[in-house]
Amino acid sequence: MLAFIRQRFFIAIPLLVMISIASFVIILLPPGSYVETYIQRLEEQGFLANESVIEQLYRQYGLDRSPVMQYWLWMRNFLTKGEMGRSFIYSMPVTDIIMERLPLSIAFTFAAFALTWIIAVPLGIYSAVRQYSLTDYVATTMSFIGLAVPNFLLALGLAYVVFVNTGHAITSLYSLEFRNAPWSWAKLVDVAKNAWLAVFVIAVGGTAPLVRILRGTLLDELKKLYVTTARAKGLNETRVIFKYPVRIAFNPLISTIGWTLPALVSGEVIVSRVLGLETLGPVLLEAALSEDMYLVGSIVMILSGLIVVGTLVSDVLLAVIDPRIRFGRSAS
Amino acid sequence: MASQVLTPEAVNETPVAEERAFVASQRQLVWRKFRRHKLAVAAIVVLGALYFVSIFAEFFTPYPALHRFKEFGEAPPTRIRVVSPTRGLSRPFVFATARELDKATFTYQYTDSDRELPIRFFVRSEEPFSLLGFIPWNVRLFGIEDPSVPVFIFGSDRLGRDVFSRIFFAGRISLFIGFGGVFVAFVLGVIFGGISGYYGGVVDDAIQRIIEFLLSIPNIPLWIALSATLPHDWGILRIYFAITIILALQSWTGLARVVRGKLISLREEDFVMAAQVAAATNGAIIRRHLVPGFTSYLITHLTLAIPGMIIGETALSFLGLGIRPPAVSWGTLLQDAQSISALGLQPWLMIPGAFVLLAVMMFNFIGDGLRDAADPYAT
Repeated sequence: MLAFIRQRFFIAIPLLVMISIASFVIILLPPGSYVETYIQRLEEQGFLANESVIEQLYRQYGLDRSPVMQYWLWMRNFLTKGEMGRSFIYSMPVTDIIMERLPLSIAFTFAAFALTWIIAVPLGIYSAVRQYSLTDYVATTMSFIGLAVPNFLLALGLAYVVFVNTGHAITSLYSLEFRNAPWSWAKLVDVAKNAWLAVFVIAVGGTAPLVRILRGTLLDELKKLYVTTARAKGLNETRVIFKYPVRIAFNPLISTIGWTLPALVSGEVIVSRVLGLETLGPVLLEAALSEDMYLVGSIVMILSGLIVVGTLVSDVLLAVIDPRIRFGRSAS
Repeated sequence: MASQVLTPEAVNETPVAEERAFVASQRQLVWRKFRRHKLAVAAIVVLGALYFVSIFAEFFTPYPALHRFKEFGEAPPTRIRVVSPTRGLSRPFVFATARELDKATFTYQYTDSDRELPIRFFVRSEEPFSLLGFIPWNVRLFGIEDPSVPVFIFGSDRLGRDVFSRIFFAGRISLFIGFGGVFVAFVLGVIFGGISGYYGGVVDDAIQRIIEFLLSIPNIPLWIALSATLPHDWGILRIYFAITIILALQSWTGLARVVRGKLISLREEDFVMAAQVAAATNGAIIRRHLVPGFTSYLITHLTLAIPGMIIGETALSFLGLGIRPPAVSWGTLLQDAQSISALGLQPWLMIPGAFVLLAVMMFNFIGDGLRDAADPYAT
């Protein structure tokens, strides 16, 4: 068990390093350095850049040195001081912007993840147990449509439906009166009123493949002889299904966490933009549109890093429930 | 092969269908199975029509993509009528509309006048154009004689451009970007998957780590970040190719895994051993014995990869990071439908979304049909 966790851990670390390198390449890709763009921005706004500030910026980012050194400086600042550079559109340290909004993004992703499973598991089990029933067909059709609708369209459409039916337009996470209020029960209720739609939309995209996988494995499992044996022994149907087949059908589901997480994070970015929710998504987009590359690169790095960590957790989870993996054989 | 072993009498005794199965090639078997999947066959027809109309958009649509009716911004879909108040049942016609500014809401209201204008088929267009870029042509499928009166089947946008026409011109970019992306993904996937599966060992490990790394980056943030680095002065074509490559950057990994998995399982098969014993070269073994074993999987996988790319392009363009106006794609068309207020007032601007949905679902149906047909063990 420990050996397995250690092994996954050693795979995760080079992955994180590669992600950080890729993120820094994104920062370096556009022509012109950060400081040049910064000066240009100041001049557009009618300021003259202060020579000593420029000098200091050059030194801070090591822009006169090679890209490798620049990366090293960036990484060192991140690891020792938690600094990832400055953003010009917000005139704030990148770290502050990310820390302000990251908890919300994580909360959204988690909520969507939980909802995905809450929808997918009963639906998957039901459509396998009652194969070719009406529910099975409805679930299959819905999952086809769920896969086909781009989530930003679904968000737009549902927001419109909500607006028409309730008169409540979702344009932000907080209603006006709660925008600067401290957290309270009333504020939480208000946030939930604006957030549920986003969570639902993000979850819908992830549900379809989970239902398909669960249905498929469970169908295979239910055909096996031990299930017939259990029935022959007179076990009631609920016990027959839930005792072993469902548990076995869960394994491939847990191993999908590695790729559902990126999808959920992607969904969160785009849905938040459409519904105006104050998470990392809209910031990333705004930064990308105005080429605020330190902010763009850092957000990509943080999101990807979290996914690697999430996958690591799911691997460990898989090892906990599946002895085949715990004892070093793969469960494919 | 099998039919040579059978004596003529034996062949005569076997049922016709079975006999045909003996001599059918792999491709024929797959096609036969695929045809049974009615939904997939219907999807091919629908998609084919969509592509055809998009390719010949100049003929099928009444107006060029950028043609503006300055007096008819945000006009709702024109109603096509067949019953005239004066003449009773008639050929399809429309009423000329007049625009008025509603002082209370500051929105334009369109009211029908009593002027009837018949819709004519195969009308001559004012400005000649070319089909496929080189066939000179000047006839459009339908239109109205009076060029000052528009016929907006799906309404018009803020600038008074016909949404119906623009959807099909946009289809040229949105429907074909998937092919470009899939081609790049195909080349990368087959090369890396092939190397990984055939050589194994350290190379395989390295490629698998690269794939894991690429898959751990969420695609939308990655696409957003990469599109942000595209220079502003690039032309439509260069942006198009750049977006294609950005979209393919991660999707080749799935293909590479399929190729690798298939190669690893196939190279252990007895027929490969037999070919080696028969002194076939490595190249010949790969070409004649391994590749046919997974082409059907490749095609299925590619079909299922296209919708993801269509959605990707739509999303990027919708966010303002993909195809840029004046080029039209379904994503740029949907940019007009970004706010709830716009949707409330001009719900027809969402129609391009329905086309995205249609195309994606059709590709999914075809992919599903292919997957079932390509699986030799499925019944």
